[in-house]
Amino acid sequence: MVRWNRLAGVLSPLVAVAAAFLVGGLVVLAIGESPIRIYAILFRGAFGSVDGVGHVLFNACPLIFAGLAVAFAFRAGLFNIGGEGQLYIGSFVCAWAGLALVGVPAWIAIPLLILAAAAGGGLWASIPGVLKARFGVHEVINTIMMNFIAIGLTSYLVINVFKEAGQMTPQTVEITAGQLPRLAGPLRAIGIPLPLANPLNASILIALAAIWLAWFILYRTTFGYEVRAVGLNPQAAENAGINVRRTIVLAMVVSGAFAGLVATNEIMGFRHRFLDNFSSGLGFMGIAVALLGKNTPVGVLFAALLFGVLNTGALEVDVFTDVPRELILVLQAVTIILVVVGNEVLARKLRAREARVALEAAGEAS
Amino acid sequence: MRTAFAILMIALAFWLVGGCNTGDDATEVDAFRVGMVFDVGGKGDKSFNDSAYRGLLRAADDFEVEHTEFEPGQDADRETGLRKLAQAGYDVIIGVGFLFSEAMRNVAVDYPDVNFACVDFDVRPGETLPPNLAGLRFREEEGSFLVGVLAAMYSKTGRLGFVGGMDIPLIHKFEAGYVAGARYVDPGISTTVAYAGTTPQAFADPARGKELALLQFGRGVDVIYHASGSTGNGVIEAAKEVGKTAIGVDSNQNYMAPGNVLTSMVKKVDNAVYMTVQAALEGTFEGGLREFGLEDEGIGYAVDQYNEDLITDEMLAKVEEAKAAIVAGEIVVPKR
Repeated sequence: MVRWNRLAGVLSPLVAVAAAFLVGGLVVLAIGESPIRIYAILFRGAFGSVDGVGHVLFNACPLIFAGLAVAFAFRAGLFNIGGEGQLYIGSFVCAWAGLALVGVPAWIAIPLLILAAAAGGGLWASIPGVLKARFGVHEVINTIMMNFIAIGLTSYLVINVFKEAGQMTPQTVEITAGQLPRLAGPLRAIGIPLPLANPLNASILIALAAIWLAWFILYRTTFGYEVRAVGLNPQAAENAGINVRRTIVLAMVVSGAFAGLVATNEIMGFRHRFLDNFSSGLGFMGIAVALLGKNTPVGVLFAALLFGVLNTGALEVDVFTDVPRELILVLQAVTIILVVVGNEVLARKLRAREARVALEAAGEAS
Repeated sequence: MRTAFAILMIALAFWLVGGCNTGDDATEVDAFRVGMVFDVGGKGDKSFNDSAYRGLLRAADDFEVEHTEFEPGQDADRETGLRKLAQAGYDVIIGVGFLFSEAMRNVAVDYPDVNFACVDFDVRPGETLPPNLAGLRFREEEGSFLVGVLAAMYSKTGRLGFVGGMDIPLIHKFEAGYVAGARYVDPGISTTVAYAGTTPQAFADPARGKELALLQFGRGVDVIYHASGSTGNGVIEAAKEVGKTAIGVDSNQNYMAPGNVLTSMVKKVDNAVYMTVQAALEGTFEGGLREFGLEDEGIGYAVDQYNEDLITDEMLAKVEEAKAAIVAGEIVVPKR
């Protein structure tokens, strides 16, 4: 039974993705283009060159962090819609720390900036966490509201306090401390011809470490056990002696810290500046990534990679065809809807089967 | 289940049929190709971006060049998209909006054979541009000054409004010029200023534009100048609805509500784009900063059949007097 569950868990997203591509193909047909040609261009963009693969990983990287944030909170039964706000605050704190640490050598600055990013995101997420734990206010509402505050606050700070003088672009000056190295140089040294202009950077390694860390916390620590227990049944967890309120707050903090780590790619690895509104919805994409990844760390990795492929291919489709990039959004949305529907159908089937097995067992016993 | 399967098979059949007509994919390598990159919510704004697009279409018609356009969805795609065009052998690549400045800078040095141009280029103090990158800049404050003059003379209540898009220095130039122009006519005039937001979405939110405009009209304002991309479509709509007047921006928007659009501050991005393509074709493309203002008609105000009834001779005389004074350097228009 357990094996069936697991197999279905892996299969249902795959089926959903395939079906979504079919639906997307129909949309392309409706526009009057050939789906095969469009998909060929999409995958050529993602896999047609080492450069493309580098972009897939680069695009997947922030989605891994954003996806982990949502998945982790979800495991505690919390729906953290606030990834967007948390990543803005994490990124801003990271940028601010970077500006303050000018001239500090990389081996000190890099860990400090990573901590700053995680702390910023974690602290921001702790507010809806505390409100939920203390007053029972629903986290969905609060995290959404905190998004507005975070975006407005960082916008204000960047435009009015930290903006590079004499420039129209709303961004800070270049942050020289704690820059993560790009991977093109080392990869070329070992014979992988990634173009030097490719933005892939060491943040992807931090993302992989974060996946391991999320798995380790969830399945190998007492805290992770408590998180999962609270997520499954807070009442039962309470009765079993778990401090549910404390677990909720801490789970939100860890979740927000993952979201804040988006800064390692966006600030430390790529832009080296805080640009107002740089994210364009990464935090919200994290919800989709977590859903598709079934809220497991490894699932998040694969879902983020898929979205990385789609986003990379989307640009190729956008640049070289008349099909708008919105097609990719349709693909992503249809995938998510099908995954959710598929889960529901599957769960019902499994329940029906369990009931039947139990009935038969009861029949034999009598 | 069986019906679902049948539908899937039919869909698949359609797909395959659709897939067959892929033969005519051959690209002509020797054609002159121009790529244009817009910002989010760009194309179709009837304002700034559409002005650039008009220039491209005109050039494409006159010189028979091929062209492609796209809007990068995320920030990192700006640079990646430009690189893709350059790699694909495009001859001229034009970025529309200051947000492309950084990406243009990075890509231009890697592709010295491709000509790049960036509208509203955000130059760094002391920066010199590579010879294949042109930064096209406009003195929007000068045109805004002129429409400010017209607004102040037209207003009966003595209250003027301004609706900006994103609250950033670029748009502050429009506001500053407008207010200065209004005060040039009447030093005691009252001006109400509002911005639609702090994100790029503020340039693409007509509902918000309408809301802000109705608010200002409700307080006795009777002329509103907008500098807000397609958000301004809402401002013009509001003016039409309550019978007050709006002032268009970037493109000539007088036609959008004849009688309710006093004039438009035109920023001739279309001409700049056209000239860029032409220069590249003729081999006379030059990098560096290029600034357009009143003296070369890169900036101006629009009078046509849709608004000629609103503009009196007295207003025209005054605004031309101001224009001459600015060109002669007797009036220095503030930028913020």
